[in-house]
Amino acid sequence: MISYLLRRLLGSIPLLLGILTLIFFIINIAPGDPTARYFNPNVSPEVIEQMRRNLGLDQPLHIQYFRWLTAFAQGDFGHSFGQMRPISEILPTVLWNTIQLMLVSIVLIFALGMLIGIIQAVRQYSIVDNVLTFLALFFYSMPSFWLALMLILIFSLKASQWGWGLQFPASQMTSVGYEFMSGGQQFTDRLMHMIMPAIALGVGSAAGVARYMRGSMLEVVHQDYIRTARAKGLSERKVIFKHALRNALIPIVTLVGLYLPYLLSGSVLVETIFAWPGMGRLIVDSIFQRDYPLVMATSFIAAALVVLGNLLADVLYAVVDPRIRAE
Amino acid sequence: MVRSATEVEITPPEPMSGQVSGAGMLVRKATSPGQLILSALLPGAGHIVRGEWVGGMVLAICWSILLGVAFLTVDRITAVFTAPRIPADGVLALVTLGGLLIGVWAWAMYDLIVRSKRPVKRFGDSQWAIASRQFRKNRLAMAGLAVMLVLYVVTLLTPLIAPFDPTAQGNIVLTRYQEPSLQHLMGTDKFGRDVFSRVLYGARISLTIGFIAVAIGVLVGAAVGAIAGYFGKWTDTVLMRFTDMMLSFPRLILLIVVIALFEPSIWLVVVVLGLTGWMSVARIVRGEVLSLREREFVQAAKVLGMSDARIILRHVLPNVLAPVIVYSTLTIGNTILVEASLSFLGLGVQPPTPSWGNMISDGRDALLTAWWISTFPGLVIVFTVTAFNLLGDGLRDALDPRLRT
Repeated sequence: MISYLLRRLLGSIPLLLGILTLIFFIINIAPGDPTARYFNPNVSPEVIEQMRRNLGLDQPLHIQYFRWLTAFAQGDFGHSFGQMRPISEILPTVLWNTIQLMLVSIVLIFALGMLIGIIQAVRQYSIVDNVLTFLALFFYSMPSFWLALMLILIFSLKASQWGWGLQFPASQMTSVGYEFMSGGQQFTDRLMHMIMPAIALGVGSAAGVARYMRGSMLEVVHQDYIRTARAKGLSERKVIFKHALRNALIPIVTLVGLYLPYLLSGSVLVETIFAWPGMGRLIVDSIFQRDYPLVMATSFIAAALVVLGNLLADVLYAVVDPRIRAE
Repeated sequence: MVRSATEVEITPPEPMSGQVSGAGMLVRKATSPGQLILSALLPGAGHIVRGEWVGGMVLAICWSILLGVAFLTVDRITAVFTAPRIPADGVLALVTLGGLLIGVWAWAMYDLIVRSKRPVKRFGDSQWAIASRQFRKNRLAMAGLAVMLVLYVVTLLTPLIAPFDPTAQGNIVLTRYQEPSLQHLMGTDKFGRDVFSRVLYGARISLTIGFIAVAIGVLVGAAVGAIAGYFGKWTDTVLMRFTDMMLSFPRLILLIVVIALFEPSIWLVVVVLGLTGWMSVARIVRGEVLSLREREFVQAAKVLGMSDARIILRHVLPNVLAPVIVYSTLTIGNTILVEASLSFLGLGVQPPTPSWGNMISDGRDALLTAWWISTFPGLVIVFTVTAFNLLGDGLRDALDPRLRT
């Protein structure tokens, strides 16, 4: 098991290196450089030239590349031009905000998706199955940003207009008076802020999980050992949840890795709409501000998260399926 | 070619006699002249008289709708001819309309005159014939196909059927933020533009971008996958490592980085969408090619001294067509979603050109007072993408023999 883990870890190092290289060259191929934001009639060309020299932009490309790579390897992501502070100072809080949102969303995706998938598989070809299949497809085809807007429209704006008892906050992570609340209130406040973004982010993927779960469950249910379990006289509940579910879950585990890129892409949109101070919004902001170091750092972190997620999925797969480890 | 001396005598398989069971071919009645005349007047009428209800109704309804469109838009059709500069999209719409009318009429006649006399099939079907029969049994998939066809036809006919000019602003004070009504089916936006017309014109942009981007992605992916799978060794390693690398980027993030660094334009969006959408095709094709490479017919082609390019193009790639078709249909929907997301962020299609994504973004300003601006384009996206996904699912069920029951 440990040798398998080590092998996988070593295998992802060239992948990360390749990702870094790709990011570096995309940014460098693009027209304009980081000093472009300072171009203006009041700044003399000599100052710009000095600035370029200070930033090392006058060096040949390969030297820049290796200097940047070694700095990155040492955990030095550079300075953000837009926020005027080191990126390693900005990243942790922002990353944590996104991970919070994604964790809640992943729990939602798998709980909802698996439940629906199991119901569909148990009642194969019934009306319930058909309706749920169509509903899943419907949500799977829905743009997350539109769902987010509709959630805001109904459960936040219209809810207050129509005077519903419950209305969800439409932006930010906390309410205005957050610091003055008690512990319990703070918790509910955070939860209330998190529900709508998590739903908007996760519903599409949950529909995907439901489709996989249905297929995988149907495959298992038709196997011999399930017939044996039924023949033994076990209750249907036990057959499904104890015997069938365990094996049906094996392929589902790998979906964690598969959906991570989708979640990160989705978080760009959802965080922008809900003004959630996370990675996705940071990427969009830094792009529009032409904050090159921040763009490079955030897009690398996003890609690295995906690599990590895939690694995690593989390890989980090896844990649940002993056949993989033996290879 | 020299045959080996020990030639094994192979008895050819017995031709299947009689009707192939399940082939669904019924002997059709001969066509009478009366039915032909009826069909010439109203395509489909001949079929209905013969008792072939479904085909007849479909033909008749298509014909009536097309003819209705032609009569209701006579003004615009004449405007196309009298315009000082010939409008390209107007001509395209006219050609489509004319072509479809002729097509429906000709199909009705052809079916009655030629196809009804065809002898009953005596032999087994090809792979594609079986798949198409499977597909036609799947009602949801057929609905998806119908919606897709209607969408593309509407897209081409947009200049004729859109009630208003999508960029005409009208009187801002009087016509802005009007609720959906009979005159403005989906209301008006903050500049008093008709949302329904904008949705129609947006369909053009979104569907075209989806189609071209997927085509680029499939071409690149098939090339990469075929080369990697066929040549193997280090070529395979290098190409597949690169594919893995591209796959680890969250696609939207890669897209916004690339597009924002350059100037956003429709063509840049199309190309970049294509160049970030080839990885899954490459993986599918490589997997199939790896197993095909070892098969006897490819080995035989190699022994015959064919060039690698010829073997890949003529012998290997046609055999991976089925999964690639399925994947590309399923992915058109997804590409439309990604394009909408980009336009929503302001990095895709630029205003005032309408696209579904930037229309939803427009509606954000007045979400509460004018909910319709954001709601309808989104609904249309869901509708379209669902249709593409249904179609793709149906194709997969039909083309993958393992899924056939």
